[in-house]
Amino acid sequence: MSAGGLLQSRTLRRAAGGELSGSLWRQAGRRFRRNRAAMGSIGVLLAIALASVLIPAFWPHAVEDASWENILLPPSLENWHWFGTDANGRDQFVRVFYGGRISLTIGLMTTLVALGIGVGYGAVAGFAGGRTDGFMMRFVDILYSLPLLFFIIILVTVFGRNIFLIFVAIGAVEWLTLSRIVRGQTLSVKAKEYVESAVAIGLSKPAILRRYIIPNVVGPVVVYVTLLIPTNILIESYLSFIGLGVQEPLTSWGLLISQAVGQLDTAPWLILFPATFLAITMFCFNFIGDGLRDALDPTHR
Amino acid sequence: MLAFTLRRFAVAIPTLLAIATASFFLMRAAPGGPFDTEADLDPVVLESLYQAYGLDKPLLEQYRIYLANVLQGDFGPSLVYEDFNVTELIAIGLPVSARLGVTAMLVALLLGGTCGIVAALRHNRLFDHATMTMAMTGIAIPSFVTAPILALFFGLYLKLLPVAGWNGGAAANMVLPVIALALPQLAIIARLMRGGMLEVLRANFVRTARAKGLPERQVVINHVLQSAAVPLVGYLGPALAGIMTGSLVIELIFDLPGVGRYFIQGALNRDYPLVMGIVIVYGTLIILLNLLSDLAYAALDPRVRRTYR
Repeated sequence: MSAGGLLQSRTLRRAAGGELSGSLWRQAGRRFRRNRAAMGSIGVLLAIALASVLIPAFWPHAVEDASWENILLPPSLENWHWFGTDANGRDQFVRVFYGGRISLTIGLMTTLVALGIGVGYGAVAGFAGGRTDGFMMRFVDILYSLPLLFFIIILVTVFGRNIFLIFVAIGAVEWLTLSRIVRGQTLSVKAKEYVESAVAIGLSKPAILRRYIIPNVVGPVVVYVTLLIPTNILIESYLSFIGLGVQEPLTSWGLLISQAVGQLDTAPWLILFPATFLAITMFCFNFIGDGLRDALDPTHR
Repeated sequence: MLAFTLRRFAVAIPTLLAIATASFFLMRAAPGGPFDTEADLDPVVLESLYQAYGLDKPLLEQYRIYLANVLQGDFGPSLVYEDFNVTELIAIGLPVSARLGVTAMLVALLLGGTCGIVAALRHNRLFDHATMTMAMTGIAIPSFVTAPILALFFGLYLKLLPVAGWNGGAAANMVLPVIALALPQLAIIARLMRGGMLEVLRANFVRTARAKGLPERQVVINHVLQSAAVPLVGYLGPALAGIMTGSLVIELIFDLPGVGRYFIQGALNRDYPLVMGIVIVYGTLIILLNLLSDLAYAALDPRVRRTYR
């Protein structure tokens, strides 16, 4: 590149408002902020999360308050039963948000577990390369072809239906794709000329990791993680629905849906609210994930 | 192609062994035994029960015996359904689940495929947007929500179809479970098919076909469809796996006597042999179907063969 070209590109980048090293991320940030569906989804999710934290704390009805006079009331503005009451006379409004707390927490925690295992495993395989890599990835291939949901069910059956074990069980089987992404990305970045030149000028391994490998791996990982959270929320609801997930007195959207199914003929509104919040959350995470992918990888599509 | 096939088979066999091993040791690691009841059993009774089910032998010995039996298709007696062994229970449930799953798969392929094709041909028009919004909804709303709502609406309110039950597999009893089971896969297939079509519609050979004056109908049928369906073939394995797992809740909701219901009952009651047997049978099926789907994919798309190390 000629001196003029270099100068010009620098000027251009300055004009675009980014400093040299951060410009890629800033560009991505700008592209993301322009995506209305994704930005709106973030707002909606934040609102749901905030409501899940605050409403159970401040609502006039407590989560476990049963009342035999108020069984299966339809939704009404009277007496603060906005979403009606369930078969034990408990307020469905506060239960939906309390369930949201647990569903969202499980989505985040399981994803963190998967993130830890997947990134560690993939980075080791990709960085080690050669035979270690081959062996480690064959192992992932084998796990890939297993019926994972069945294994989650076995794990939960075996180790009890404790909420922390649900985190681990779901996280422990959902790290596979992450490890593949991290490993592939690490391998391809390692072979790039700029890494070779960094090695040639004597940059240390941790420095190379920090300067080149991690920034290149973060993008796809972030995208995948946003899509993994709803998947895990769905897996948890599935488990709760068949009775192997969260147990009373805790509740989650899946468990609320499961209990509502039993009352479907007498109180069809009960299923409406947890199902709607579950679906909205799925939509939002998917929109955000798509938005992030488009923002971080402009060559896609 | 032969090397590819062999390599894939070489992975499938240890995988099957891994399934059997993992499920065996996980089940044995479980705290609490299958004979734990509210009232404590007499130790003598408990011991003879353990003896009868071979649970008193050393773990590795149990494992060896179990593997040998499994290879002969014997998964041992069920601990909860007395007088039945696991193989019999699976033999009772499998035809129900298979009939349900295969029908749902066909519905998903036919309807999903058609929707995807039409959406791609009407790209960015109303039908396209409508179908893709529906597909997104189909993916976001889990089948355990759609199934009870379908049952409520068509069964209870409209009284058109039975709310639940199998009734020997009568067509009317199959409709709702099949729809609920097929919907998520239908949505994914529609999206895949549309994506494949859109990509191929822009390809050079399609432009050539149009340039030499072929009518659009023929271009689509002879040139586009074949290449656009290739990614779908690769998805068949995962789709069937999705239908098999989805079948668990659908059988529960519609009270169908399939394998899924036995699996959940087994899991809730710690019926180890039953759960292990079903995992092994379903695991084998899923691996074989994945294998077939991969092989077909590789046969149709040579690039896959090359990228597989």
